[in-house]
Amino acid sequence: MLSIFFKRILLAIPVLIAVASVTFFLVRLAPGGPFDAEKAVSEQVMKNLNEVYNLNAPLSEQYFDYMSGVLVGDFGPSFRFPGRSVTELIMTGLPVTFELAIYSMLIALFIGILSGVTAALKRNTFLDYIPMSIAMIGICVPTFLLGPLLVLIFGINLELLPVSGWDQLPGDKILPSLTLGFAYAAYIARLSRGGMLEILNQDFIRTARAKGLTERMVVTKHAMQGGLIPVVSFLGPAVAGLLAGSFVVETIFQIPGLGRFYVEAAFNRDYTMILGTTIFFSFMIVMFNLFSDILALWLNPRSRDI
Amino acid sequence: MSNSSSLWSDALSRLLKNKAAVSGAVILFILITLAILAPFIAPYPYAYQDLDLGASPPSSLHWLGTDVLGRDLLSRILYGARISLLVGFIATTVALIIGVSWGIIAGYFGGKIDSVMMRIVDVLYGLPFIIFIILLMVIFGRNLWLLFLAIGAIEWLTMARIVRAQVLTLKNQEFVLAAQAMGVSNFAMFKRHLLPNILGPIAVYATLTIPQVMLLESFLSFLGLGIQPPMSSWGTLIKDGVESMEEYSWLLIYPGLTFTITLFSLNFFGDGLRDALDPKTSE
Repeated sequence: MLSIFFKRILLAIPVLIAVASVTFFLVRLAPGGPFDAEKAVSEQVMKNLNEVYNLNAPLSEQYFDYMSGVLVGDFGPSFRFPGRSVTELIMTGLPVTFELAIYSMLIALFIGILSGVTAALKRNTFLDYIPMSIAMIGICVPTFLLGPLLVLIFGINLELLPVSGWDQLPGDKILPSLTLGFAYAAYIARLSRGGMLEILNQDFIRTARAKGLTERMVVTKHAMQGGLIPVVSFLGPAVAGLLAGSFVVETIFQIPGLGRFYVEAAFNRDYTMILGTTIFFSFMIVMFNLFSDILALWLNPRSRDI
Repeated sequence: MSNSSSLWSDALSRLLKNKAAVSGAVILFILITLAILAPFIAPYPYAYQDLDLGASPPSSLHWLGTDVLGRDLLSRILYGARISLLVGFIATTVALIIGVSWGIIAGYFGGKIDSVMMRIVDVLYGLPFIIFIILLMVIFGRNLWLLFLAIGAIEWLTMARIVRAQVLTLKNQEFVLAAQAMGVSNFAMFKRHLLPNILGPIAVYATLTIPQVMLLESFLSFLGLGIQPPMSSWGTLIKDGVESMEEYSWLLIYPGLTFTITLFSLNFFGDGLRDALDPKTSE
C-alpha cells in the first residue's frame, strides 16, 4: 500500500517536469514576440522591454531561470498586466474557482449518489427509469448550452435568480454551481448505479440480509462502501473536467475565477500567464488523480494489503 | 468467412430490435444527408445578410428566423452541420489511426514494449489536455486542420486501451500461431489477421467518440478558440445565440436543439451498436 503510494508520487514528478518543459518550449516556439501586437514602438523601447523580461538571454538560461522560479511558486510577471505577477493573478482567481468547484461537486455527489443508489435498489421501476433518463440528458446537453438555458429560464423569464456575477447578489452562486455540477451528477448517477448493481448481487450482501440486518443497514454499511468505488475513481478525472467546465461557466456568468483568466489570457496572448496557469492546472490535476487513485485503493479491501 | 458474416448479421438483427438505436441511426442519416446537400437545399447562402430585416422570429420566409445580421438561421444550421460533423468524423479518424496502431503494437509485442507504451497512455490520461489544445490554438493560430489533429490526438487513449485488451485475448489463439508459423510479416499479421477480428469494438468505440469530439469542438468554438467566422459550426451558432438570447431566444434554442438531438442520436446509436455486437455487456 505504502509502496504503491510512493511509486505514484515518484512517477508524478518527472511527468510534471516534462509538462512544464514542453509548455515552456511550446510557448517560446510561438511565432512573434509577446509585444508584437502592441502599437508600433521604437526599437529602443522594444529592446528595453525584452531586457526587463529577460528575453535576450539564451533560451537555455531562460528555461533554467523559469524552472527554478516555478519550483518556489514564482511564475514570473504577466505580460499584459504590467506590475502584476502571474502567481498573484492565480492566487486572486483560485479561491473563486475553488469555491465554485466545491459547490458543483457537492451538488453532483448528492444528486448523483442519491439517484444512482435509488435507481439500483428500485431497478426497472420508475425510480430507475426517470433519473437515468435525466442523466442521459445531463450527459448530452453541454455545459455551454445548459448554463444559458438556465439563465434564460430562471434569470430572465422567471426573474428568480441573478443572471451573472459571484458573491455580489444573494443567490448568484446557485446557477453557476448547478450548471457545472449537473453533468457530473449525471455521470455519478450512472457510475453509482452500475457499481451498486454489481455489489448487490454478491454473496456477502445475501449473508448480511440473511442474518437479519435491516435493508437500510445492508445498503449503507455493506453495499455502498464497495458500490461507490467507481465514483471515487471518477473524482480525479472529474476535477480535470470541472476545470474545463469552469472556463465555460465563468465566462457565461462573468465570474472572476481562474478559468476566465485563462480564457482571457488565451485571447490576449498573455504568454507568461498561459504558461503559468497551464503548469499550475497540470500540477493540480496530477495531484487530484493521485489522491483519488489512492483513496480508491484504500477503499477496496482486496488491494489494501498489497 | 460464413462464421464472421453470421456474427454481423446477428448483430444487425439485434440492432434493428433496439428502437432507440434505430431512431438514432435514422436521425443521423437524415442529418448527414441534409449536411451534404446543404448547398442545394439551404434556402439562402450562409453568409447572405439582409441587414434591413435584422433579427426576426421564425416566419414563412425564414423558417427558423434570422440572426442580428439578417442571416437565415436554418441555412446557417445546415452549413454548420457540415463543419460540426466533419470535425466529428475527421478527428475520430485521427484518433482511430493512432489508437488502433498503438494498441495493436503494444498488445501484440507485449513485454517491455507493452509496459512502456501503456505507461505512456496512463500518464497522458492524467493530463489536462483541453488546456494543451487551447495552448496550441493560441500559439499556432486557429487553423481548422490543426483543430482536427489536436482533438484527434487526445481522443486516441481509450481506443489504444480497448484495442490492446482485444489483441491480448487474440494473440494466443491458434489462427495467430498458425500465421506466425507460416512466416507472415508483422504488418500482414496486423492487417489480415488481427484487425478484422477486432473491428466490432473499434466500430463501437468510434461511434461513441464522435459525440465527444463534437462536444470538444463546440466547446472550443464557444470560447471563441475554435472555428472562426465567417465559417460557423454549431458551437459558434450557440455562442452567437447566447450573446443575443435575451431578445432573440430562437437564436439559442434552435441550434442548441439540433446539437443536442445529434448528440443523443450518436450516443443511442453507439450504445445500441455495443449491445448488438457484444450481447454480454447488455444486462
